[in-house]
Amino acid sequence: MEIEFAAAEGWLHNVWLLIAVPLVSAAILLLLGKRADKWGHWLGAGSVGVTFVLALTFFFQLRGMDEREGVELSLFEYLPVAGLKVDFGLLYDPLAAIFTLLITGVGFLIHVYAVGYMSHDPGRRRFFGFFNLFVAAMLLLVLGNNFVMLYIGWEGVGLASYLLISFYFDRPAAATAGKKAFLINRVGDAGFAIAIFLMFATLGTTQYDEVFNGVGQLTGATVTAMGLLLLLGACGKSGQFPLHTWLPDAMEGPTPVSALIHAATMVTAGVYLIARSHPVFDASETAQAVVVTIGAITLLIGCIIGCAKDDIKRVLAYSTVSQIGYMFLAVGLGGAAYALGLIHLLAHGFFKAGLFLGAGSVMHGMQDQTDIRRFGGLAKHMRITWITFLLGYLAIIGLPPLSGFFSKDPIIHSAFERHGWSGWVLGSVALIGAGLTAFYMTRLYVLTFHGKPRWTEGQHPHESPPVMTIPLILLAVGSVAAGGLMATSVPGWLEPVLGEHEEHHARLSEWTVTAMTMAVVILGAGLGFALFRRGTALQEQPAGPLVTAARRNLYFDTLNEVVFELPGKLLTRALVFLDNRGIDGVVNGLAATVGGGSGRLRRAQTGFVRSYALSILGGAVLVVAAMMAVTLS
Amino acid sequence: MTTDIAAETLKLPSLDYAALAPMLILFGVGCVGVLVEAIAPKKARFPVQLVLAVLGIAASLTAIVLAAGTEKVTAAGAVAVDGPGLFLQGSIAVLGLVALLLISERSLERGGAFVAQAAVTANSEADRDQATRGSGATEVYPLIIFSLGGMMLFAAANDLLTMFVALEVFSLPLYLLCAMARRRRLLSQEAALKYFLLGAFASAFFLFGIALVYGYAGRVDFAGIHAAVLDSPNDIALLYIGLAMVAIGLLFKAALAPFHVWTPDVYQGAPTPVTALMAACTKVAAFGGLLRVLYVAFERSQWDYRPVLGAIAVLTMLVGAVLAVTQTDIKRLLAYSSIANAGYVLVGVLAISKAGLASSLFYLVAYGFSVLAAFGIVTLVRDADGEATHLSRWAGLGRRSPLYATLFTFLLLAFAGIPLTSGFTAKFGVFAAAIEADQTWLVIAGVITSAIIAFPYLRVVVMMWLSEPGESTPAVSLPGALTAAAVTIGAAATLLLGIVPQPLLDMTENAAHFVR
Amino acid sequence: MSLSPYIPIVGLFALGAGFALFSVAIAPFVGPRRYNRAKLDAYECGIEPTPQPIGGGRFPVKFYLTAMLFIVFDIEIIFLYPWAVSFEALGVFGFVEMVLFIITVFVAYAYVWRRGGLDWD
Repeated sequence: MEIEFAAAEGWLHNVWLLIAVPLVSAAILLLLGKRADKWGHWLGAGSVGVTFVLALTFFFQLRGMDEREGVELSLFEYLPVAGLKVDFGLLYDPLAAIFTLLITGVGFLIHVYAVGYMSHDPGRRRFFGFFNLFVAAMLLLVLGNNFVMLYIGWEGVGLASYLLISFYFDRPAAATAGKKAFLINRVGDAGFAIAIFLMFATLGTTQYDEVFNGVGQLTGATVTAMGLLLLLGACGKSGQFPLHTWLPDAMEGPTPVSALIHAATMVTAGVYLIARSHPVFDASETAQAVVVTIGAITLLIGCIIGCAKDDIKRVLAYSTVSQIGYMFLAVGLGGAAYALGLIHLLAHGFFKAGLFLGAGSVMHGMQDQTDIRRFGGLAKHMRITWITFLLGYLAIIGLPPLSGFFSKDPIIHSAFERHGWSGWVLGSVALIGAGLTAFYMTRLYVLTFHGKPRWTEGQHPHESPPVMTIPLILLAVGSVAAGGLMATSVPGWLEPVLGEHEEHHARLSEWTVTAMTMAVVILGAGLGFALFRRGTALQEQPAGPLVTAARRNLYFDTLNEVVFELPGKLLTRALVFLDNRGIDGVVNGLAATVGGGSGRLRRAQTGFVRSYALSILGGAVLVVAAMMAVTLS
Repeated sequence: MTTDIAAETLKLPSLDYAALAPMLILFGVGCVGVLVEAIAPKKARFPVQLVLAVLGIAASLTAIVLAAGTEKVTAAGAVAVDGPGLFLQGSIAVLGLVALLLISERSLERGGAFVAQAAVTANSEADRDQATRGSGATEVYPLIIFSLGGMMLFAAANDLLTMFVALEVFSLPLYLLCAMARRRRLLSQEAALKYFLLGAFASAFFLFGIALVYGYAGRVDFAGIHAAVLDSPNDIALLYIGLAMVAIGLLFKAALAPFHVWTPDVYQGAPTPVTALMAACTKVAAFGGLLRVLYVAFERSQWDYRPVLGAIAVLTMLVGAVLAVTQTDIKRLLAYSSIANAGYVLVGVLAISKAGLASSLFYLVAYGFSVLAAFGIVTLVRDADGEATHLSRWAGLGRRSPLYATLFTFLLLAFAGIPLTSGFTAKFGVFAAAIEADQTWLVIAGVITSAIIAFPYLRVVVMMWLSEPGESTPAVSLPGALTAAAVTIGAAATLLLGIVPQPLLDMTENAAHFVR
Repeated sequence: MSLSPYIPIVGLFALGAGFALFSVAIAPFVGPRRYNRAKLDAYECGIEPTPQPIGGGRFPVKFYLTAMLFIVFDIEIIFLYPWAVSFEALGVFGFVEMVLFIITVFVAYAYVWRRGGLDWD
């Protein structure tokens, strides 16, 4: 299948505005400084609102076109170096379109919410500056028409994420979490960068269409290597096993950040990357197998750790890890499941953002308490938060007809349909995951909103202001409706990008899978309800090895310490030794030589005109002699 | 000989006034400037001269833009108006305009950076008096305008004699300007005298070279020399010695080793805005002349002069980089940096190709903007005795005035050739051109010296940011609007040419064709 | 390329240099030494040397100014003369050019005059 993009025409010529508007707003906010303190947050939210409206117009424009393969817009040559030509070009196709809508739509709601959430924070303007920067970078990420643009956006969102995680940089935990996110992401980014180098080395281009059309000429090993390196990048950004440990720590940032960056948009960039480069993965069986394996492992890890955490944001963070595991699983399955993964991504964008904002609303009313053991009975005091959270909760566990049902069920079904024994394993894992999700989400929900209050003294829970609750309501509406709407429309919409795929379900019928899932979900939810209906102990209780392990994040941090940090430290020490004795010796020697030479030469600069004139005369004699020598030789 | 013969053989030169307008405008404005000095009352001179100079340069720039695309030799073969010529003239006009902003600043010091009467005995009673009170001489404006006009003519001169006249026209005002610093009068006068004596010395070489080349080719215009090279029946030694001597005159102006010796002393002693003008515009003009001589007149003997000039490029880069390491004065440091940068431009020049020409043109503009901004910041770091140029005084500047320390750091990084600055794009361009032309050894030397010279730059950065401000660290003066504008333009251009160099690259690419 | 035509020149150069060096070197040994006041004075074309002005050997700049003005007009004459000789051939163009040249010289002259360069005190 030859991929070709038309040049952008008409209104679509202005797609660059999507990136420019938030970028300009970010620049204004960050450059004007204190002068923008009074109105900066409205500018920040407004610019994303404008971007959303623009995104809508572009979307309808694209929808009205006959050929929806996508339009390209080349703004200027970015890197014209011999052989390598990278344009600063944009590609607006159905895939980019839905991402743009998600980023700007959900982004706008969260921006509005943040106006209220950050109202008492002295750094609110700075926050909105970074937030706008993030939106601009994320839009560049999804709108680029080559892998280098994607990479620039990728690093841009990484930067914004780092800045926002360590937004409260005076808290050591936040600063450390920021550094951790940054460092772990470097590992993934290195993989991604090497993948781009590989593309350039083998195909001589990084344009999407040229790369995808050229994949067929490459050897299997090259394609697999390319796929695995891209996957490494995706794992880093999306918090997938084994690079998932930074994501829960990233919750040190303000809650709107957790909602937008670390739940709804940035962490799904990995899924976007795999879906975008699907021809690469389609061409490599091995790469696809690794993707599904990682997805399956991650979704299980996320669920298990999520069950044992007591911090409302960390539970949601592990839930994010696990849900993205589902998406990876889906895009790894390939074929029709690409669309399923993306539907889940969109649906997840709504309900997880809603859940995070709900958690933020709870924290707002509970003086920044995050321990769910210290909540309880909040339903009466925070009606809107309660109902919207309830809807989000029901959506994530996949209760029909809410959106999670339409997005998660088909993934489980597709997992079962994978050929060979692996289908059974993957399907079972996805099914167990669904049950565990229902369990820990029920635990979270019940402990927070029902039962007796277990508040610390002096707490007066209250509902948040409308500027926060209205986005909650809108996101809840999205959580309810999005799944059903998208399950029917999105696969068709994405067909120009992902190709047509027959759905053939041979192994299990749709009803069987739905019934099994429902059973598991009800079991998990029921268990959760039964166990935590009456609240929970206020302190951590001694528990069996599995729970302890889950509380310690399944020892992944320890594993990282042993596997990476310890050898790293030893390597550093060895290198420092080598550096001090060997390289520094040479370098210092060289430096001393240069310095000494410089000092000696400097004495030739006497300040006397006569010696200068002599030097010029000497130079002239040499030049003339050299000319003669060259000529006569 | 009788007058009749003259009447028969004398053909009046045809003059294309549109093509000559950029220079004619400047020379005219210079004359008017002298008249203003003669007639206008003392108080009115500064504003009148400033407006006149700005309008003059702007008009000249307009004429250059209007002449864009012209390709012809006019004024009896004396002046060539072509892509590189117009590009260089435009660069000189734009950089000159920015330098003029620095020169006109009067809020940093009462009466500006210039002394009222340069001839007053240094350190005498009268001198101390005029240093603190007198309003600066406004003669600097006609001088600068004449100098810029001379530079433009130099870049467009199409025969060696015109070139020599242009060389003197732009040099003489510069000698005078160097002597006019308000502070440190002795140093300033010494700088001017050194520059003058050595400049005259180099001019003598240049003139002698012209004579020898004429002896070989029988012509002084470049097309004639081009035709005669390798074909003339005369002794070829005349050609090579002549070429060597002409080149020496040009290498002196461009500050290439071993003809660079005047640079640190003059850059240090001259009033800083004038130093900025010399580092930016003179460099453009000198390389413009060198390019034309090497590309147009002596292209056919490139295999002979390339190794010699290549050795000079390597020597220049080495001397500039190595000597920068031990400098303790910021102006001297920047002087050695400008020497090293001249070496890099020469690497591009020696590609002797379209790419080499285009990349050299780009380099000159990019470097000009950066160096103007850098010297602009130097004028701001000052105490009661004027500018504080000793490096120890810059320690901890990052704490005192983070904005200017940041800007200066950025500019130093640009000089060091870090990506996302114009320095990177420029260096990349000349190195790429040299490699394409099989001059890899020059590139190797260039990369090594880049590494060496990064050290003194970073030393300044470290000093500004990682040292505690001492008692002697001066605060940075609040710049007047003019200096602020100049520094902003310079730094913005450095950034822009690092991020979106394409428009200017295209422009140099399109301009890179000499008319013969 | 043959260098042979230059060999006689080099020889002549060497001879000349040798003679000059020889003369200077031999003089202190063979010449008589009889000093008087005139011999110890600086050589100034037989004119009585003027005493140094008080406060260092600075000469009033006005002398230079006068000399330079003289040179300027001298050069103007040098240009005017050939123009006058071939006035017919150069025609209107030559006339305009010469007027421009004279104006330019007078601009400088006006500057010197207005700024007091011609006042002796």
